[in-house]
This record gives sequence, C-alpha cells and structure tokens, in this order.
Amino acid sequence: MGHFMLRRMFYALPALIAVSIISFLVISIPPGDFITRTAELRAAQGDIMPLAEQEAMRRAYGLDQPVPLQYWNWITGIVTRGDFGYSFAFNLPVKDVIWPRMGLTIVLSLASLLFIWAVAIPIGIYSAVRRYTVGDYVATFLGFLGLAVPNFLLALAAMYIAFAGFGLSVGGLFSPEYVEAPWSWERVVDLLGHLWLPMIVLGTAGTASVIRIIRANLIDELHKPYVTAARAKGKGEFALLMKYPVRHALNPFVSGQNDIFVDIVSGGTIVAIVMGLQTTGPLLLDALRTQDMYMAASFILMLSVLVVIGTLLSDLLLAWLDPRIRYQQG
Amino acid sequence: MSTIDDITGQIAPSAPEDQHGRGYDGHWALVWQKFRKHKLGVAGGIVVLLAYFVALVPEFLAPVTLESYMPAYSYAPPQPLHWGRDDGEGWRFAPHVNAYNSVIDYNSGRRLFEEDVEAPVYVGLFVRGESYRLLGLIESDIHLFGPIEAGQPFFIAGADRLGRDILSRTIYGTRISMTIGLVGVALSLVFGILIGGISGLFGGVVDNLIQRLIEFIQSVPSIPLWIGLAAAIPQSVPPLQVYFLITIILSVLGWTSLARVVRGRFLAMRNEDFVKAARLDGCGPVRIIFRHMLPSFLSHIIAVVSLAIPGMILAETALSYLGIGLRTPIVSWGVLLQEAQNVRTIAAAPWLLLPGGAVIVAVLALNFLGDGLRDAADPYSD
Repeated sequence: MGHFMLRRMFYALPALIAVSIISFLVISIPPGDFITRTAELRAAQGDIMPLAEQEAMRRAYGLDQPVPLQYWNWITGIVTRGDFGYSFAFNLPVKDVIWPRMGLTIVLSLASLLFIWAVAIPIGIYSAVRRYTVGDYVATFLGFLGLAVPNFLLALAAMYIAFAGFGLSVGGLFSPEYVEAPWSWERVVDLLGHLWLPMIVLGTAGTASVIRIIRANLIDELHKPYVTAARAKGKGEFALLMKYPVRHALNPFVSGQNDIFVDIVSGGTIVAIVMGLQTTGPLLLDALRTQDMYMAASFILMLSVLVVIGTLLSDLLLAWLDPRIRYQQG
Repeated sequence: MSTIDDITGQIAPSAPEDQHGRGYDGHWALVWQKFRKHKLGVAGGIVVLLAYFVALVPEFLAPVTLESYMPAYSYAPPQPLHWGRDDGEGWRFAPHVNAYNSVIDYNSGRRLFEEDVEAPVYVGLFVRGESYRLLGLIESDIHLFGPIEAGQPFFIAGADRLGRDILSRTIYGTRISMTIGLVGVALSLVFGILIGGISGLFGGVVDNLIQRLIEFIQSVPSIPLWIGLAAAIPQSVPPLQVYFLITIILSVLGWTSLARVVRGRFLAMRNEDFVKAARLDGCGPVRIIFRHMLPSFLSHIIAVVSLAIPGMILAETALSYLGIGLRTPIVSWGVLLQEAQNVRTIAAAPWLLLPGGAVIVAVLALNFLGDGLRDAADPYSD
C-alpha cells in the first residue's frame, strides 16, 4: 500500500507542473497586461498615463521580462517561499488574498460532496431496488432535470425563492458583520447558516449523476447468484442488501468521484460569482477582467491543484477499498 | 425457414429472422427499430428537431424582429391572452390581448401595469408585420402569429428593460444557442477522430502519451479555464469572431471524450474478423478505416455527439451570462439571461428567466435523444 501511494503521488507531479504552465499561459496569451488595462481605464476617466510612466511601472512589476522568465520567477517563488506574486489590483501579496478564499472553497466543495453522498446514495439504492415504481420514475426524472438545469440558473432560482418566498437575504457566505471579522465560534455558526444554499445548488447536478451511477451498478448486482445464495440462507432482506450488492455497487461509484469533484470545483466558480460567495470564483473573474495576472494564474493553479489532490485521494481510497487495484498497479 | 440447396441437396442454414418473420435488415434499419422503442429518446428527438426548425426560421416564428422595442412597456409583465370578447352583441370568438395602461408608483419607483379592456389588440395567425429576409433570401413580412394590426403592443411573455418582447428574443436566441453546440461539437469531433484515431491505430507509446494527455485535460477544472480563455478575447473583436473563438475555446477541452470513444472503437475493431478479412483481401488502411470500420461505429459517434452538445450549450450560456462569452448584438439564451443579473430584478420580473427555460428544455431533449441513440447504437446486443 505504501509503495502504491508513493507511486501514485509521483505520477501527480507532472500533472501539477503541466497545470502550473497552463495556468500561467492562459493569463499571458491575451494581448496587453495590467498596465495597459489601467491606462485604458485612466484614459476613460480623462487621465492620460504617460508612456514613460507605463514603462516604469512595467519594469517595477517585472512585466517587461519575457514570459518564460516571468513564469520561472513566479513558480520558484511559490515552491520555495510560498510566494504567489503580487496582486496589482489589491496592492497586496496574492497569498494574503488567496488562502482565506481557498479555505472557503475547500469547505464549500467538501460540504457539497457530503451533500451528494447523503442524498444520492439512499435515493440510488431505493431506485434500483424499487425499479419501475413511481418513486423510481420521480427520482430518474429529477435526476435528468438536475443535469439539465445550468448551475447559475439554479443559483438564481434558489436565491429568488429564498428572497421572495422566505424573505431571506441570500448571497455571500457570511452576514455583513462577520465578513471581515476574525474567526470565532459565532462566525462558524454564521457560515453554516449561509453554506447550505450554495451547497444544495452545487450538489444538485452531482446528485443527479450519482443516482444514475448507483442505480445502474446496483441493478447489475441485484440478480447475481451470490444474492440468491445469501437470501436462501435466510438473511434478512435489508441486511442482505447492505452487506453484499450495495458494497459491490459502491466501487465504480468511488472511482467516479474524480469527475464529480472536478465538476463541483469547476461549477463552484460560477455559482460563487452568481451568489457573491467569498470563495475563489468572483475574485478569479475580476482578476481576469483586469488582467491582474499573478492573482488569476494563482487562482487557476490552486483550483487545479485542489482537483489533482482530490483525484489522488480518491485513487488512494479506491486502492484501499479494492485490493485488485493495489496489486495490479502497485 | 431453411432452404434446400439445389446442388448438394443439403439443408442450408437459415437466415436469422426476428419475431416478425422478416429476414435480414440493414444496420441502420436495426438502429432505427431499436431507437423507436426508446419512447423518451423519440420524444427528445422530436423536440430537438423542432428546436432546430426554430433556429432555421426565427424571423417567421417570432411576432416581432430584434429591432422592435416599446419604451413604454419596460418590464411589462406577460399580457394574458383572452379568447373572445363581448362587443355588445354577445360573445364572439376573437383572440386578443389588452394593451397596458402604465402608472409609475412613486413609492417603489416601479412602473405598474393595468390591462386596458377598451384597447384590445387582436391577434391572428399568419399576420403581416415587420419585413424580414427568410434564410437571408426570401423577402417577407408574414409572421406565424402576432397582432393583426402591425405595431401594436403584443408581449405574450413579457418585456425586458427596454420594452423588447422576451418571446421573440428567445426565439431568435435559439439560432445561436443551438448552433454553437453543433459547431463546437463538430470541431471537437474533428480533433477527437483525428487524435483518437491516431491513438487507436498506432497504439504503443503514441497511444500512451495521448491517453495521459486526455486524462490530464479531463482532470483540469474546465470552467475556470474556460473563463480564463474567454476573458482573453479583447472587447474590440467583432461579434461573429467572438462566436467562433468561443466555439474553439469550448472544443479545446471538449474533444477528449470523443477521442476516447473513437480510440476505444478502433482498438476493439482492429482485431475483428471482418477487418482482418478486409486486410487479407488487400485493402489499404484508408479503405479499411472509411469503408469497413467507420460505418460500424458511426452510430456510436452520433450518440456521443448528441450527448456532447448539451454540455456546450450549458457552457456557452454560463459564459455569456457572466459577460465574457457572446455579447450583444448577438442574441443567445445566455446573452438574454444577462438581463437577470440579480435577485431584485428577477423578483420584479421573473419572466426574464424564459430563455433559461428554453435552455433546460433543449438540454433535457438532447440528453433524452442521446440516451436513446446510445442504446440504439449497438442494435445487436439486447
């Protein structure tokens, strides 16, 4: 197992390097940079920025260097010093902005994942066991609907219902008084009070696909001879279901967790923008618009790292659950 | 039914028949038979065909053109349709909506609308209205439905900020939203077949490298990358180019699943008897691929394609909604949804979400169709 873990972590390394290069390239491709954008903005306000000043700023920020060199400075800063570069728009080191946001992104993603498990596994099992009943059809239909509704539309609808139906002010992960407050017990409670809505919104699409996966897997297992054998031995129906076929059916589900986690992190960006959450999404969009390059690149990098780590964890979990995988590859 | 061979006098093995007593059916006939049994798939297919028909002739189907607007009807709610009217001599069948009288409520600062029963706007089928060019060719001014007297207010699904008809705009939006999926998937398909084909055909190191690349691309969170690439399009780029750039951006990450299917099929089929037979008969690789292999996995490709389109539509809608995808004057469902930026606007004018409903219907229909096609793609398994 230890050997397998080491190997698997070693494989994640090239992925991380590639991800960092792509994050930086995406930011460097567009013509112009933060200085050009600032100059444009200033010009729109009637304040012309002299070319000499632009050049001076560029030199000060190191934007006059060739892209590969900029990349090298940025990535060595991250690896050796944990320094993600400087946010031009915030006038702060990126790491001061990024860590709290990343923390909340991770909390929200994990909460959504737990929500998906808690909702989808029982419904999936129910739908498989009671196949072609009203409940199964309802679950299947809701599943399809969950896949078809765009995340941001669901976020809008949820906010509208909470606003119009219950008079709740939604949006954000904290009440106004706790946004800037240091962490305290009250702040955690406040976070939990706001977390559930984005969690449900983010979890819905994933729930739909997990229900379908579990249902399909379990239906394959339900009529295998070992189930009949256990039933013939007089095992109770529920205990039988949980002990044998469900455990088998969960295996492909665990390996499907990668994709679901990628979708959560990915879709979380848009939901966060629509709902104004204090996670990475809104800042990423702003940073991209103002070409605040180190900020944007660091966000894309960290989101991708989150996904790579998620993939790694789910692979390890699968190897722990299923010895065939560890022996085959380890 | 067995037949007796004239020369040898032996009983020849019978041709397989299905329960209807028919003999051999071609591959596509079998696919069609199996697809027809998938009721949801058929229903989805019909809706998809309808949607593409709408995309073809929105000028004819929409009551008004995109240029039409009525400032007095800013954020006007949907006008209820009345089927008949009592004109003093008894009730007559005369479908109409009533024009609105609007008053500004100074407390809320909002415009309040009231139906004016004295000002009916009669509605009919095939009415004359603003002129347009159908398919860019045929000059016409006939609209499928609308006010009988052109230019009268007719907002059956409400109006937006500038007093433009939401229904007409949603109908026009169908064109861009439904085709961006098609164009994006067509591009992905080119990449997918090319790269997947190379991967499956050559195998070995090339295959290994391409598979790692695909795994890598699939493990990158797509939306942040899409946002990054889309934000890179400068504001000065003309709308039509933005459209093509967006499709390219969508397919840059979208080709991987298609490439996987193509590769899988290539690998599975490389050692099939009929491919071996073709090779032994001296067919070149090009002929083997296009004459022998392609027809037998074309149905799989069609199924995967129809399942890939909804993802593209959803991505375009999301990007446009965030203001980094398509932008006006291009009208797509996502662009229309930009009007519904915050909860307060939606609470005041929920009908702005109509294009969102169109997205959901289109995506559901495509998913059902794709599911049906996937089941039908392999008509030999049961």
